[in-house]
Amino acid sequence: MHELSLMESALQIAEDEARRSAARRIHRLTLRIGEMSGVVPEALTFAFEALAPGTMAEGAELVLETMPVQCRCRSCGTDFHPATAIYECPACGQVSAQIERGQELELASLEVSR
Amino acid sequence: MIGSENSTQLLSPHAALLKRNDREAERNRGLFYSKNLLVLNVLSSPGSGKTRLLERTLSDVGARFRFGVIVGDLQTDNDARRLSGRGAPVVPITTGTVCHLESAMIARAAEQLDLDALDVLVIENVGNLVCPARFDLGEDFRIVLFSTTEGEDKPLKYPLMFKTADVVLLNKIDLAEAVDFDSVSASANLAGVAPQATVMSVSARTGAGLPEWYRWLEERVAAKRVNRSEATVRR
Repeated sequence: MHELSLMESALQIAEDEARRSAARRIHRLTLRIGEMSGVVPEALTFAFEALAPGTMAEGAELVLETMPVQCRCRSCGTDFHPATAIYECPACGQVSAQIERGQELELASLEVSR
Repeated sequence: MIGSENSTQLLSPHAALLKRNDREAERNRGLFYSKNLLVLNVLSSPGSGKTRLLERTLSDVGARFRFGVIVGDLQTDNDARRLSGRGAPVVPITTGTVCHLESAMIARAAEQLDLDALDVLVIENVGNLVCPARFDLGEDFRIVLFSTTEGEDKPLKYPLMFKTADVVLLNKIDLAEAVDFDSVSASANLAGVAPQATVMSVSARTGAGLPEWYRWLEERVAAKRVNRSEATVRR
């Protein structure tokens, strides 16, 4: 889902951050992608390969951390990782709507040098 | 890879990739809130009946609430035309090739409306159950439509979208029998994937179920009016 424009955004943010630290090269970018973010990691990798050349991140390593979905049951407070799109609490059976983690779409960190 | 003469530095911005859209959405939200405007983002697959439902809504309760409409489509302003002439100002957004609406588009479209003269702003999104899910427009509520002709397992196929729904309108209920729609299955699927959503079965064509939808609208508009009068009292 729009991995190209998301990667464009990631590279823009990365370059801005790098410049703010007076850096000139980006060696590694770490993105956190939630399991339920709607984004496909492979497509992000492809987008990176297409967009990184010519930027400060040319030749950099792209690290994609997939964050699993985590829910907290609103009935009994149990934290669980649902296996399907139906977030049924393994302890009490209550179906949850609330995701604590798993929808992330962020540039977590980058390694830069001057 | 790392090292040599240049020592590397680790920066941890934890920056959201959608922050540009999200920031604009919050700006929209602030503006709409200051106008006590009820804002709805209406989403569905192409052909589920969004426009027909909105036509019906404008005709039936357009005199009760002051509606404004923003309609998004890739090509044509057909939907905007269909909704015009029912007493509500309609602003079309023709995206060209963009398959979803974004908050900046809404901000620009909203400039063409006199928000002070409206109670409800309805945004008819581009027909797409995938991409619009992640793009906050600054709305109060998300109304997700699907119709009996799309199958009872629709919610299972698009969990991300259905999980963002405040209201699910199951449309074309009058065709359920003709297409062997399994209502029991559909209810179970919705209860599983979207337990947070208020579900209503409607037919924009026959009018079935619409009173409940209008009641929901009325309650939400009333809630906004309370905010407005409370704000006046505070001043």
